[in-house]
Amino acid sequence: MSEAIKVIVDKCVGCQLCVKACPSLAIKIINKKAVIDLEKCNLCGACKSVCKFDAIVIFKPQILKEDLSSYKDIWVFIEKEHDKIASVSFELLGKAKELAKDLHCKVVGIFLGYNIKDKCNQLIHKGADKVIVVDKKELENFISENYANIITYLIKKYKPEIFLAGATTCGRSLVSRIAVSIHTGLTADCTGLDIDKQNRLLIQTRPAFGGNIMAQIITPSHRPQMATVRHKVMIEPQIDKTKTGQILEEIVDGKLFDDRIRFIEFIKEETEKVSLSEAEIIVSGGRGLSDGKNFSIIKELASALGAAVGASRAAVDSGWISYSHQVGQTGRTVAPKIYIACGISGQIQHLVGMQSSKIIVAINKDPDAPIFKVANYGIVGDLFKIVPLLTKKIKELNKK
Amino acid sequence: MKVIVCIKQVPQTGTVKINPQTNTLIREGVESIVNPFDMYAIEEAVRLKERLGAKTFVITMGPPQADEALREALSLGIDEAIHLCDKAFAGSDTWATSLVLAKAIEKLQEFDLIICGKQASDGDTAQVGPGIAAHLNLAQATYVRKIDNIDVENKIIRLERLLEDGIEVLEVKMPALITVVKEINQPRLPSLRGKMRAKTQKITIWTHKDLGLKEEEVGLKGSPTQVVNIFTPPPRDKGMVFEGEPEIVVEKLLTELKKHLI
Repeated sequence: MSEAIKVIVDKCVGCQLCVKACPSLAIKIINKKAVIDLEKCNLCGACKSVCKFDAIVIFKPQILKEDLSSYKDIWVFIEKEHDKIASVSFELLGKAKELAKDLHCKVVGIFLGYNIKDKCNQLIHKGADKVIVVDKKELENFISENYANIITYLIKKYKPEIFLAGATTCGRSLVSRIAVSIHTGLTADCTGLDIDKQNRLLIQTRPAFGGNIMAQIITPSHRPQMATVRHKVMIEPQIDKTKTGQILEEIVDGKLFDDRIRFIEFIKEETEKVSLSEAEIIVSGGRGLSDGKNFSIIKELASALGAAVGASRAAVDSGWISYSHQVGQTGRTVAPKIYIACGISGQIQHLVGMQSSKIIVAINKDPDAPIFKVANYGIVGDLFKIVPLLTKKIKELNKK
Repeated sequence: MKVIVCIKQVPQTGTVKINPQTNTLIREGVESIVNPFDMYAIEEAVRLKERLGAKTFVITMGPPQADEALREALSLGIDEAIHLCDKAFAGSDTWATSLVLAKAIEKLQEFDLIICGKQASDGDTAQVGPGIAAHLNLAQATYVRKIDNIDVENKIIRLERLLEDGIEVLEVKMPALITVVKEINQPRLPSLRGKMRAKTQKITIWTHKDLGLKEEEVGLKGSPTQVVNIFTPPPRDKGMVFEGEPEIVVEKLLTELKKHLI
């Protein structure tokens, strides 16, 4: 095959920057020139980004499928959380409006469900210029196949330039099906979106390797440019009740419904008041709690703060709290405004699940615990004294 | 019954670190492991083999060293392994990766269930599982925490999905694709006999030609997305650490927190 990556030998000075940048250990300096092992290289482009001499080139054929200029507008998938609209969808309408200014286009909400027409105005007040609504009994519960089939049909019909959805369990399950069916690019879990005005490209920024590296990704020659976006990163816009917009109801063919999946029931987790993904504040407990019954002090602090309860893997594996609370590599990734880690040492597997939090507070008796390296505020001390005291003080503040 | 598990070899998270002085990756001691979520997928397949006599396969797309990941799956009880190994696959994004895996699954024919981990720990996209389902036009269930029942005769699987705020119960007609979370099982350790068998077992290798794919359909050329820049995020600000009398340190912390709570 023709080589996809190449070192321009005349330009390479053997400085080793690319060797250090390569996450795949694919580059060696032989006779003062960089040599790339194509068996190991996964063409991530890290070497090209760091090279100060433009000595590395990556060949990517730019095959234009069709004229991209026929694609217009930014679509936002509107996710429902039972009876209400998920806040991530409002955040995306706000971001889409910003992007639309650069592209001089409209923001369109894509809203599927049953008995939802009365909610369309909320979307317009939050920034949508237009709402395409599909209201059918079969769409009452989110079945990814049905939603994907209908949205694929709508994309082919109206050709949006950009398509955004929340990086939720629902959004991720849905959008990758659509991207494959349409044959376009999709970037997961973005934390930043910008427009390259000249080329009308969506610059999608996302963390990889648990937030140790950030990558910027584009979809140069396929449309729509699709991305899922992390919850709580974009700012929810203010309501503007004077704003008007168009509501378009689409009638879809019954053939688009998939009869292979049957919804049986939804069992809500009633034990906790605030869910991890929605929480502005999370209070987490770890091995330092010593016993499952001590989780009560974590729950009390969480309740005083209106926070959700998280846990380290050690606490979950000890059976102190259910898996749905686990934060970290094999649990959930969270990024609240404030994350309070109590008795959590901060193993890398935990850190990758929470290090994007805005403010991190660590309470731990071991001053050398790795959690203090990422903490904005650390307290070295006995959590059994500190946490209840903190709870008490916050309750006093709440009363005032 | 035929069950296929798709796995990925990833760098062990603890070993991927950034040198704060040079902002580059620290390369020493980078170890490869099977993606942690895929271990639950392998275990679930082996349990279906034990319970229902399912024939089990494991597939990975990756460079020659991904052979180790396949042998680990074999040592845990998976029957057969297929390695999709071809320089042409390098640089594949989730679209191209799911195409290659889908073609391999298609080639295996008459499968009932495909099991993937919910996401890989290096990319964290969770896109490849549903992507395979879309390429093969299969029904899917993501984030599965439990298989309640498999009706082999009518080919219906009943399962529970772990969502943000609760559990959803679905019935899905097979063939289907599921992605699993940690709660589904507790993976076993390999047996000595399993390890011995895995060492010598023949692993099938397929390239893009074996899958009937053109070179431009896979790898970087077949990927709609393109990475244009990679950078390390700015390091977190140096934090404040309080030590001493609980009463005093809590007061200090509260003073700081109040700035962020309003």
